[in-house]
Amino acid sequence: MAIDWFPLWLSLRVAVISTVLAFAGGLWIAYLLANRQFRGKDVLDAAVTLPLVLPPTVLGYYLLVLLGRASPLGKLWETIFGAPLVFTWKAAVVAALLHALPLLVKSARAALESVDRSYERAARNLGASEWKLFWRVTLPLAWRSIFAATALAFARALGDFGVTLMVAGNIPGRTQTVAVAIYDAVESGNGAVARTLVLVVSVVALILLTLANRLSPSRV
Amino acid sequence: MLHARLRKSFAPKPDSAGFTLDLEFSATAGVTVLFGPSGAGKTLVLDSIAGFVQPDEGRILLDDDILYDAAAGVHLPPQKRNCGYVFQNYALFPHMTLRENLAFAAERRPRLERHRRVNDMVEKFRLTEAAGRRPHEVSGGQRQRCCIARALIGEPKLLLLDEPATGLDAVLRAEFYEALRQVRSDFATPMLLVTHDLTECFELGEEMLILHAGRIVQKGTPRSVLDEPANLEVARLLGAFNLLEGEIRTLDPGRNTSRVQVGEFELEGPYFPGHLKGDRVTLCVRPEQLKVGARNGKPGPNQIPAALLRAVERPHGMRLEFSGGGIASTMRVTVSRTEYESQKDNREWVIHFPSDGLRVL
Repeated sequence: MAIDWFPLWLSLRVAVISTVLAFAGGLWIAYLLANRQFRGKDVLDAAVTLPLVLPPTVLGYYLLVLLGRASPLGKLWETIFGAPLVFTWKAAVVAALLHALPLLVKSARAALESVDRSYERAARNLGASEWKLFWRVTLPLAWRSIFAATALAFARALGDFGVTLMVAGNIPGRTQTVAVAIYDAVESGNGAVARTLVLVVSVVALILLTLANRLSPSRV
Repeated sequence: MLHARLRKSFAPKPDSAGFTLDLEFSATAGVTVLFGPSGAGKTLVLDSIAGFVQPDEGRILLDDDILYDAAAGVHLPPQKRNCGYVFQNYALFPHMTLRENLAFAAERRPRLERHRRVNDMVEKFRLTEAAGRRPHEVSGGQRQRCCIARALIGEPKLLLLDEPATGLDAVLRAEFYEALRQVRSDFATPMLLVTHDLTECFELGEEMLILHAGRIVQKGTPRSVLDEPANLEVARLLGAFNLLEGEIRTLDPGRNTSRVQVGEFELEGPYFPGHLKGDRVTLCVRPEQLKVGARNGKPGPNQIPAALLRAVERPHGMRLEFSGGGIASTMRVTVSRTEYESQKDNREWVIHFPSDGLRVL
């Protein structure tokens, strides 16, 4: 029995890229939510959380409408990169990002808000700019929780199925991620492949979650 | 020199009464103490000066800089105010060593100076041994010295201290006062210290502002405030007096005397300007101004017979609590231990009131 490992590598690549993007964007959104007062803050908060509760088909539909070849964004992508976005592995990155972002924003916001405000007051009083305060005081004090959140987001990005299937499709060797490959293997009665991939994915997820728990600053 | 005029109101809410801060004061070199009970608005004053809170009205001037001016719409951010702040919990960054804490604060100095300034401070505040360790790995005294050093390293024009000695044990407290006295002699920085501890005012304060319910009710040196509290409120806040209800019976400006009825007895005191015969007053006398003795028959002038309720041991002597003479409140008298030992077998006591030390409010 020869197992095609491509789906696993693709999933890892998709998860790494989407986690990096989610980290950069999520941290910024979390900072805004934790520190700034602005109009529509609660709407932004809710919108970021939406992917956690909406069915994958709804999300997939939105993405197809938003990024499809007929949409302005899809056309823009096509003129810049010369190829459509949907039904490529890059679309899978967008799908995974959609799931990684809410987890990261939620946890990072809580982590940033849990930093004792007196340290921030002290830093400002000592002349530190908001930028210096964030990178030198708030983030170092919150990094354990944020890192744990990132591990969680990575695990979630690794396991997306529904949205990926809708926007990236199921093209073996090109857009077939491990979750989709398992579905495929089960459908075609290829039990050995399914079992192996299921085991590998479960072990990777278990390791990631253990890591996340170790990092959570709930130690006594 | 600091000059502040502040007004800030908080509307009453279902779970709290409203509060208005409304005051004006100046602070020059040395230590100015903001003294008052919890909830008087002391920390609010510091936070307004440091820029953490924006007042509704007023003006804050530090040397030539306008930190806040409601009329001109000026409200500098905390970063630009150059006020050192010693926080109640010190707020040393827990992920940095003491030296890194100082270096963080020194970054507002020119690059070439930083290293030298950090070293100077480490030496001056005796932190050489602890500089490489993090706040939770050093002693309480080192933490507090580091916090003061960190606040001073940027050469602030004013040092704000928010109840820094609250919750410290006696040794740390003494160390802290010592450190602040050193700051007073080595740096020209004026200090504004918030406290609700009268002893602390005497330890450090040259000027004392008594704050009550958002207003300054009296200013002066700690000694002058204790000798002449401006009104009953201040006397109550200081908590260092026997306050006895009475009524003025006679007033004689020519002989500089007066007689005040307290309970069933009349006491002789100095003339009280600004009062009239028949005024209900509160007699204000400190426990250490009173003397006690054995009763021999009829009590003499300015003596009130009383029964000893309790004798409480104090670090310096004894505090005796009496009731009697038809006076509603308990009278407290401070005496030395030897004095108490020689008198403790008295069957009946009298309290001697000094005729010149009586004050009425």
